[in-house]
Amino acid sequence: MKRKRVSYAKYGYLFSIPFVVTFLICTLYPIIFTGVIGFTNLKGSTMAFSDAKFLPSLGQGLWDNFTETLTAPTFHTALVNTIKMWVVNFIPQISLALILSAWFTNNHKKIKAQGFFKVVFYLPNIITAATIGILFANLFAYPKGPINDILIQLGFIDNPYNFAVSASASQNNVSFMQFWTWYGNTMIVLIAGILGINPEMYEAAEIDGASGNQQFFYITIPNLKTMLLYTLVTSLIGGMQMFDIPRVFQNGQPQNATLTASLYIYTQAFSGSYQYNKAAAASLVMFVIISILSAVVFIVLKDKDEAKLHKIIKQQEREYKKKVKLAKQQLLKEGR
Amino acid sequence: MDTEIKVFPRFQPFKVIIYIVCITLAALSLFPFIIMIVNSTRSTPEIQGTAVSLIPSTHLARNYEILTSKDIFDPIRGFVNSIIISTGATLCSVYFSTLTAYALVVYEWKARRAFFTFIMAILMVPGVVVSIGFYKMVYAVGLANNFLPLIIPGIAAPAMVFFMRQYMIPALPLEIVQSARIDGAREFYTFNKIALPIMKPAIATQGIMAFVGNWNNLFMPLILLTQKKMYTMPIMVSLLKGDIYKVEYGSVYLGLTLTVLPLFVVYFLLSKYIIAGIAVGSVKG
Repeated sequence: MKRKRVSYAKYGYLFSIPFVVTFLICTLYPIIFTGVIGFTNLKGSTMAFSDAKFLPSLGQGLWDNFTETLTAPTFHTALVNTIKMWVVNFIPQISLALILSAWFTNNHKKIKAQGFFKVVFYLPNIITAATIGILFANLFAYPKGPINDILIQLGFIDNPYNFAVSASASQNNVSFMQFWTWYGNTMIVLIAGILGINPEMYEAAEIDGASGNQQFFYITIPNLKTMLLYTLVTSLIGGMQMFDIPRVFQNGQPQNATLTASLYIYTQAFSGSYQYNKAAAASLVMFVIISILSAVVFIVLKDKDEAKLHKIIKQQEREYKKKVKLAKQQLLKEGR
Repeated sequence: MDTEIKVFPRFQPFKVIIYIVCITLAALSLFPFIIMIVNSTRSTPEIQGTAVSLIPSTHLARNYEILTSKDIFDPIRGFVNSIIISTGATLCSVYFSTLTAYALVVYEWKARRAFFTFIMAILMVPGVVVSIGFYKMVYAVGLANNFLPLIIPGIAAPAMVFFMRQYMIPALPLEIVQSARIDGAREFYTFNKIALPIMKPAIATQGIMAFVGNWNNLFMPLILLTQKKMYTMPIMVSLLKGDIYKVEYGSVYLGLTLTVLPLFVVYFLLSKYIIAGIAVGSVKG
């Protein structure tokens, strides 16, 4: 007689329901809704979606919101600013994080007070970005402000400098704040990555007489590639959505120099003439850009892993063949 | 790895450089906050006289009076609102992410693999694409100026589900679940009474990170909460930039300090877990 077995499979479905339902309502539906709004004339703070019409029914082109967004000079400015400010923050950020993580994991240097340094370097990351934006706006105050005071006392400048009206200074300041809040986080991630590398590799290199720099470039960097790419992707996705700091620091000013894509979307939707349709189109454009950028990196990542796996399989096959060959020879010898 | 060759402790100039760099960076991390805290005790004329000072003054109470007299900045209300939202969203996230991870780890079901692939695919949906549609939806159902739309989405946190699953696979042997079944425990009971306690370390690190993330969030509260009495801490901070506080430097610094203090307390109490959490969360196999 067959014993009746209780199937627990249904609990798998049951316990996933809250996640799935919430995802459908709070993420998927809003995304689709955003997409639909992008094809309508929905604007004005009081207009309900039910009153909105699709653009073709008003005699306009279906993609008008998208083409207008893509050709709008302000959107271009916002996009270029976002990329510029991200790059200017990311390159020094990842470089410094790499150097610090190499120092902190170096067995010969034995840096003391590492725990203290990690806690302090990470500290800005935990503070509300809005607070940091306003704090720095005050630190950069003109004509009397802490940074101007320090620069004058150190003799770098003779007269106070008005940071807020200079486009390049404002952009650099935003990049600096991003750098300042994130390098500690990146450093901790990279330290974890380096500690995950097989220590035997370093031991072997040591025996072969490799210098610290050689170990860094020939062991640490190649083994950290996946981690570096992961950092790149997450930072890129976050950077393309930069909002809090530019918004509170100078609200995109001066002359739109610190206007980011997210801030552009926000201003389109929640100020002036409340152009939800344009904002929706702009968010979809950003979605596509971010997806393409991360897809490219992910494909590169995935292919690498597969290539590695392929290599390992081949190697194992070779070893197996060798073994078989040896075994055959052994047998032949014994047979004789 | 340390060899026996280093008998004489020798002077390493490179090490000195490392310490100089690290100390400089540490100063750079702390200095803005020190200026902020000290200036929150100084009056506006004092700050205009010398903007940088390490000596606290006596105008803390006066600054607080000015700060709260404008009927905008209410630190206690902001604090309470932020606590409600952050706690609610964090509880939702950790509980339901663990539950979802439990479904993925413990049960054999047909759609399991597909569901996991799906979670990986939505790991990094950019928030910007959700916002306009979410805003319009929330307004349409009349939930604007309500905390629920800021709390409920926490239930679906794909990154946390991923982390919980990675942690659960080695931490929760299926034999435990089976023996609980033999003892007559119901599935949901097993999850709450056995799985959740085992997951405590993961819940702690993820919970702290989620809490801080929610606490610091500006974008969503800014578009969903328009009534003053609903404002969160970051919204109140963003108002300090307005014209009302244009010449009240001391009060602005005090307002900033008040929003930073709770985070400082949390951070210095839990920094060990927070830093371990980032390190573990980043290692994705």
